Amino acid sequence: MMTGTLTGTLTETGTGQTMSVDADLAAIRAIAEAVPDPELVVVTVGDLGIVRDIRTGDGTVEIDVTPTYSACPATLAIELEIETAVNSAGYAAVVRRVLSPAWTTDWITPEGRTKLKEAGIAPPIARSDDDSGAVQYFSQPVVPCPRCDSHDTARLSAFGATACKAQYQCASCHEPFDYFKCL
Amino acid sequence: MVSADNIAGIGMSAPDHAAQPQDPAPRQVPGDLPGRAQQDDLLALLMRLGDDHLILGHRLSEWCGHAPMLEEDLALPNMALDLLGTARMCYGYAAEIEGSGKTEDDYAFLRDGTAFRHILMVEQPNGDFAYTILRQFFFAAFMHPFWQEMTGLADPRLAAHAQKAVKELAYHIRHSGEWVIRLGDGTPESARRIGDALDALSPYVGELFETDSISIALTTAGVLPDMEVVQRQFDATVAQTFRAATLPDYAPEFAHSGGRRGRHTEYLGHLLAELQFMQRAYPGQSW
Repeated sequence: MMTGTLTGTLTETGTGQTMSVDADLAAIRAIAEAVPDPELVVVTVGDLGIVRDIRTGDGTVEIDVTPTYSACPATLAIELEIETAVNSAGYAAVVRRVLSPAWTTDWITPEGRTKLKEAGIAPPIARSDDDSGAVQYFSQPVVPCPRCDSHDTARLSAFGATACKAQYQCASCHEPFDYFKCL
Repeated sequence: MVSADNIAGIGMSAPDHAAQPQDPAPRQVPGDLPGRAQQDDLLALLMRLGDDHLILGHRLSEWCGHAPMLEEDLALPNMALDLLGTARMCYGYAAEIEGSGKTEDDYAFLRDGTAFRHILMVEQPNGDFAYTILRQFFFAAFMHPFWQEMTGLADPRLAAHAQKAVKELAYHIRHSGEWVIRLGDGTPESARRIGDALDALSPYVGELFETDSISIALTTAGVLPDMEVVQRQFDATVAQTFRAATLPDYAPEFAHSGGRRGRHTEYLGHLLAELQFMQRAYPGQSW
């Protein structure tokens, strides 16, 4: 899996054409936040809460983006797509990767949670600070089925198709489903 | 507590001509800029941390398509991905400090074995599932308190990464620790296998806590956690888990050493032959 190159470069300076220094921050935020997550296209990066701050200055627009997981393969793609989207609206965008404070599933918006559920992905059921870090073996959260709302579900796999998900199955409607892990 | 300064390494000796820039520099060079020594120490730390994570991540990724069940086929590469994320952070940070135009790729793909600074445990072949999962448990039980301590320390970049890593590592402890318990408290066959894994891995655990002049200087500067604090929490996690797994008390008497000085076992060369193949065969290839 690692016989390629790891390099991912962010553009140091925006490539946008003319920039409007007196940018409409709300409009830029709307453009940036509308970018869909490339691995989870039902939600936007705004729904996930990873666009942390937008500032204008020096003829450019600085956009702070926080990765969800430290090695989420979508991180670079998301950053480039945000930059492209904002650039094509005529602003010179510079995306900064910000690690602190660390992203938490608490930042997923209510709208984002609804979209996840409608797509058959159970949203995180707890607050991240409920998980104090103490080792608790064999304790699995009760995750309601996103399709039939039954609480009679069981975890099939601690890891799923992406780093952020686990796999569950509903014992009432028998549908397997993804659970967005609480982080 | 084991000191790398006092214990002879095993495996290959690093030839003299292979001295690498991240080797400790003389501390007081006349005319040296203040902070230079600490920067060298930080670079050395980033290589140690980055290499631990890259090499173990590569070992885990070897399970992809070979795990005993589908769930583990998902779990092991997913954990590998987390480890790779930390390796990338370390190498990217190191490249910025060195400022010589290197990228993270140079560290991962263009260094020879003697330049790697990971502990010997992570380069050992995967063995069976019990061996792999127990090694993962030991590593996670160490890295979790390591990052927890790091969140309050002086280097802002490492402290920020620690906030994220600590959550990922808690998940790794749970996943690997549950398997240690299942295997230890399972069938005679599973208990035999995890017992054999414990015998084989025990001599490699002490190197996690090894200190030397570099790590001591960094701890004094408030950049690296105090290894005694980390070890106390490691011991508590291991004791709790081993009790539930009906495994004997963990009390290793011997620790291999050498990885932090570039003295590795013969397995590293074979690992790098695969890890670095593309860049060696097609220099400069990129996506």
